[in-house]
Amino acid sequence: MTPLLLAADDEPSPLGFNLAEFVLVLIVFGLLLWLVSKYVVPQFEKSFELRRDAIEGGIARAEEAQAEAARLLEQYNAQLAEARTEAAQIRENARAEAQRIVEDLRGQAQEESARIVARGEEQLASQRSQVVRELRSEIGTLAVELSEKIVGQTLRDDAAVRSTVDAFLADIEREQSAAATGATTGSAEPSA
Amino acid sequence: MSHTGLILAAGKGYNTPGPLEFFLPDFTGKQWNEKGYDVLLTKASVLLVVGAIVAFAFLRVTARRGQVVPSKGQYLGEQAYSFVRNGIAQDIIGAKYRRYVPLLLSLFFFVLFNNLFGIVPFFTFAPFSRVSFAYGLAALVWVIYIAVGVMDKGAFGFLKHTLVPQGVPGWILPLLVPLEFLSNIIVRPITLSLRLFANMFAGHLLLVLFSTGGAWLLFDATGSIVLKPAGVLAYLIGIAIGFLEVIVATLQAYVFTLLTATYIGGSLAADH
Repeated sequence: MTPLLLAADDEPSPLGFNLAEFVLVLIVFGLLLWLVSKYVVPQFEKSFELRRDAIEGGIARAEEAQAEAARLLEQYNAQLAEARTEAAQIRENARAEAQRIVEDLRGQAQEESARIVARGEEQLASQRSQVVRELRSEIGTLAVELSEKIVGQTLRDDAAVRSTVDAFLADIEREQSAAATGATTGSAEPSA
Repeated sequence: MSHTGLILAAGKGYNTPGPLEFFLPDFTGKQWNEKGYDVLLTKASVLLVVGAIVAFAFLRVTARRGQVVPSKGQYLGEQAYSFVRNGIAQDIIGAKYRRYVPLLLSLFFFVLFNNLFGIVPFFTFAPFSRVSFAYGLAALVWVIYIAVGVMDKGAFGFLKHTLVPQGVPGWILPLLVPLEFLSNIIVRPITLSLRLFANMFAGHLLLVLFSTGGAWLLFDATGSIVLKPAGVLAYLIGIAIGFLEVIVATLQAYVFTLLTATYIGGSLAADH
């Protein structure tokens, strides 16, 4: 190729056109462009896409986890409040129960003591009546013996004596019962 | 080639580097001659191919694994990819950017690696300092942004969209339409290619000048006492320019890609 422009001293111009080089650069760059479009750009785009997915997926996952955590926290708080209410209720119940038990026991104790007192009184009454019964016969015998010693004769007519004693005692008892109510009945035994 | 003897110096002359530095001989030894320069198998062509291979290898290796949690290499590739995809394509083209990501990505890394070859040891030549390579890429971009516009709006619609600015009084249109045609259809591919070419060309020429000049001052020039320190200084400046070239290489790749995106975006834009 002849240079388009020639410098004054017949040197070739650096601006001269050279077809061989012109064509060469088009071929070389054309090949490079084809290879880059086929093997480079899609690869970069793919890894960008992958990364974007990874990041967006990560963000979505993180948000999900955060929502889950918030939900769990709320749930725990609700459970905690529920447990507190329940505990308070249980405490209240226990206090009521304790009070009830104390009342019960007190009632029982009072009943028991009343019962014990009543039985004591009953026993006392029966012992008293027994003592009275024993004393009565003994007093009769003693009075007879004493009278015998005083009178100096044998009062062997038992039947007559006994009826006399009995009558005497009945008189005493009648006097007593007139004074004190609720005295033991049946003191007068029928004469033999 | 001029052998410029410096006034200060005697001894072996200095061969000043010039545009011929860029007319590399091919591997059979064939050179530029008065009939022209019709060689292809030069270092520039080989480096161009290597640049494409390196660009593809870099992108392919970093893209291949495609892990959700990227390795260091994948991270680097993804950063680079996102830079072109989001920082250039999406920001400038707008909603329909996806289709043009492969083109912009290829352009950016193809131009970037080729430009960086300008300072890679043993390569030390940026293929785009051969203007025809830049012409080729710019022509491709030209065809693409016109085709995109025509497909989007139809041939007439695209011409109207490109050439007739809205909200302008009718009597001024005969003046504006040719201007718009010139700037949007004719000048764009030329500036696009020349910008890239000239930056690479100038950078390479500076590197050649300071390194061969430094070597000549240090080893060949005899005469003044200041020549050797000047040679050391020339080397230091050459190294600084090397670092500058890294920035220029990256910036030019970015600008080329950005303008391509701008042109495509302009073709797709709704009427303003």
